[in-house]
Amino acid sequence: MTRLPGIFTQRLQAILAGRPNRWLRLTRVRILSQVTFFALFILAVWATWTSRLGGFPVSGLLELDPLVLVSTVLATGYVYKLLGWGLIIIAITFLFGRVFCNWMCPFGTLHQFVNWLFDRRPAAERIGLNRYRPAQSLKYGILILFLMMSAMGVLQIGLLDPIVMMYRAMATFVSPISDAAVGGIGSAAEDTGADTGWLDSLKFAPGVDSRLFVGSFWIGVLFLFFVLMNLWQPRFFCRFVCPLGALLGSLAGKSLFRINRIVERCTDCNLCQQRCEGASDPQSRVRQAECFGCMNCIDDCPENALEFTLLRQDKKQVVPFPDLSRRQVVFAGALGLLAAPALRNNGRVTDENFSAAMIRPPGSVEESEFLERCIKCDQCLNVCPTNVLQPASLAEGGFEALWTPVMNFRIGHCQLKCNLCSEVCPTGAIRRISVAEKLGEGAYAEQGPVRLGTAFFDVGRCLPWANQIPCVVCEEVCPVAPKAIQTFDEEVKDVFGQLVVLNKPFIVPDLCIGCGICEAECPVQDLPAVYITAVGESRSSHRKLLLRSRTPARPI
Amino acid sequence: MTKLRQYPHADYRGDYLSRRELLKRALVLGGVGAAGLYLACAPEDRPWSRRDFTGLRGMPVEQPFRLPDFRVAPADPDLALGIGRGGSPREMLLKALDALGGLGRFVQPGDVVLLKPNVAFDRSPNLGATTNPAIIDTLVRLLLVDARAAEVRVADNPIESPADCFAKSGIGAAAEQAGGRVYLPDGNAFEPLYTPGAKLIEQWDFFKRPFTGVTKVIGIAPAKDHNLCHASLGIKNWYGLLGGRRNQFHQAIHEIVSDLSIMIRPTLSIVDGTRVLMENGPTGGDPANVRDGNAILVGLDPVATDAWAYEHLLLRPGRLPDYLYMAEQKGSGLVNYAGRIKVVT
Repeated sequence: MTRLPGIFTQRLQAILAGRPNRWLRLTRVRILSQVTFFALFILAVWATWTSRLGGFPVSGLLELDPLVLVSTVLATGYVYKLLGWGLIIIAITFLFGRVFCNWMCPFGTLHQFVNWLFDRRPAAERIGLNRYRPAQSLKYGILILFLMMSAMGVLQIGLLDPIVMMYRAMATFVSPISDAAVGGIGSAAEDTGADTGWLDSLKFAPGVDSRLFVGSFWIGVLFLFFVLMNLWQPRFFCRFVCPLGALLGSLAGKSLFRINRIVERCTDCNLCQQRCEGASDPQSRVRQAECFGCMNCIDDCPENALEFTLLRQDKKQVVPFPDLSRRQVVFAGALGLLAAPALRNNGRVTDENFSAAMIRPPGSVEESEFLERCIKCDQCLNVCPTNVLQPASLAEGGFEALWTPVMNFRIGHCQLKCNLCSEVCPTGAIRRISVAEKLGEGAYAEQGPVRLGTAFFDVGRCLPWANQIPCVVCEEVCPVAPKAIQTFDEEVKDVFGQLVVLNKPFIVPDLCIGCGICEAECPVQDLPAVYITAVGESRSSHRKLLLRSRTPARPI
Repeated sequence: MTKLRQYPHADYRGDYLSRRELLKRALVLGGVGAAGLYLACAPEDRPWSRRDFTGLRGMPVEQPFRLPDFRVAPADPDLALGIGRGGSPREMLLKALDALGGLGRFVQPGDVVLLKPNVAFDRSPNLGATTNPAIIDTLVRLLLVDARAAEVRVADNPIESPADCFAKSGIGAAAEQAGGRVYLPDGNAFEPLYTPGAKLIEQWDFFKRPFTGVTKVIGIAPAKDHNLCHASLGIKNWYGLLGGRRNQFHQAIHEIVSDLSIMIRPTLSIVDGTRVLMENGPTGGDPANVRDGNAILVGLDPVATDAWAYEHLLLRPGRLPDYLYMAEQKGSGLVNYAGRIKVVT
């Protein structure tokens, strides 16, 4: 029999004998889990790109998020694609309590890391900071408010859901900064003659111009606000704000395993509080709804008075459910009821006052249904190869549609044979469509192509129409066959006495699919002479333009 | 008896600034101040002076680079164009190269070769909007195996997403499987190119990164219909190496295309006649618009090559596109190919 090195044998014997073991601690397993999930999250955002998206579940963490599951079910009545995975986290919560927050959640890991790195306050002060505060019940109010709004068809959980916030901030705020830094290093190295091709693998979006995300500054501000709040209150977001934590906290009350205090051993030294992540009062009756299961208290207890256990739980030493009065519940719910009419009052969702600029990605469902599904995770923005998808500002759809995807054709265009946004959408706001369905080919010939909107000319700004200068870039790039932009020749003597042939372009709306490449390529760049508006989009029967199509739908 | 006043800290001795310390401080502050004064106020011709009296010194200086001439002297100076007809793309390419004396005449062992296919749009190869990947595959292998080139690079700056265009046109996979390397354009890959003699693009952003260390350049263009300039052929293909606001080019398309003919002097100018896009160009989209031209052209004279392709691939009789005559005037070649071609069937 081979002899193990002494230290391993000792540790093994200790584990087998059930003695407390300083080496194989739960906190170490937890850190391993956190690092793994954080790495998986970064990997998912990195892989959300046209050349890397090989069928990987890049939106997997969103699909695991039970708050996405619960709120979209409340809004739509259905469980889209893989959202049922959220039940896994709920099952884990029933087993172990709210451990998602401190074992898996990448935002939680980020908060904990920032605290670990920057919070240099002395232990005595931290013990005070980590005491339970009644304000921690605020997050349950936020949860009730958002869930009530969801039930009314106004899905806003994405504003504060930690997973959604991480995806959104990574895609639109962090990745352009990171890519710019990598690109800068690359071009500096290139000047010395080095081959910098390998740097492409460090970029979130390699092989394209730097991506723009209009208004992503404010996405970053919200994200960084919650990160920086850690310096005032450790885990500020997780303790006071997080609606996902609130959902899991309210489910954790009767979990099988929990932190248990052995009162006979406890000397009331309060050392368990110095690194308590959840501010869940392990020094007295542990608040099960607040406990993240970080296991730090077990490490810090000098008397071995704390354990994470299924057996021998002291029923008196626990507060199982959140500290929330009936009045607070009713108040939050009533606010949620009022939110729907208040937010929809601008008519952006209805058909009377919809915005011409509210052009949704291909496969998007009709607008009010879209807003029941879109969680603003911005995965579609991240995967878009042409950068045409942008986070909506308040202008297009008001507060309700803030940061949902809209197309900005001055930045890019919708590529004909691309359906990536519909592939990565976790909630079905952009329904999964094939390229054939998008183009109205084969089995979809009857219903015709997906139209995003319709192109129009501003003949007062168009070079051949207004300025006697030949151009027609729009006609050249129009991707449909036959082209939706046609031209007719006109020979004129221009103001300098020269004969010029002008190909004057015009739109055939029956053929136009609203892809916007004409607007993207128009040389009159600031206010393009050809532009797309939402009218004619095929997802809505109310926003139709043509009574009938003058040509039979034909394959493109 | 006078009463002595008792100070509470009678034994206290202050720690005063010493003379040495004072001098040190004065010296450092004086030095920093004098240095700042010099940098800010010394006349502009003095070393290290930061003074910018006119505001012109602070203007950004663009240092455009120039491209070398990539041409190789042919065996027969009267031969402008080799044409291979009949058989697979590989066979046609070999025939056309044989007409000019073989690839080894133009590419020496150790050369770094850049291939410029047309990958402008996100289209499948059968639609004729992009170069036939079979030609890229054959050419990369010929270059690496037969001609023993050190490296073969494939680059283009497409109109649509670069990664998607290279993937769906099949050119990315063909190039990489054959042993070539694909360069995708990003914001840092461009630098201004200076082309003396060019009328409109004398200085223009150019996809420079893949050109670092390149010794031979080969263009491989599909033959395509084009509404405004009538045909997109070998010379128009170089458009894809430019960046910046290319969408202005249509305002004087013939001048631009003839400028392209002097911007780059390629080793070989190949026109792919395997899938000719006869109408609805240059994007295509309908296989019905594509005709099998049954020819691959390997040109030494880009103007003559395009002239032949215009008449025999796009089947357009009569006057050639203006840009070919303008390219001839700019000295890039001769429109008249009569007696300067060699067809191998």
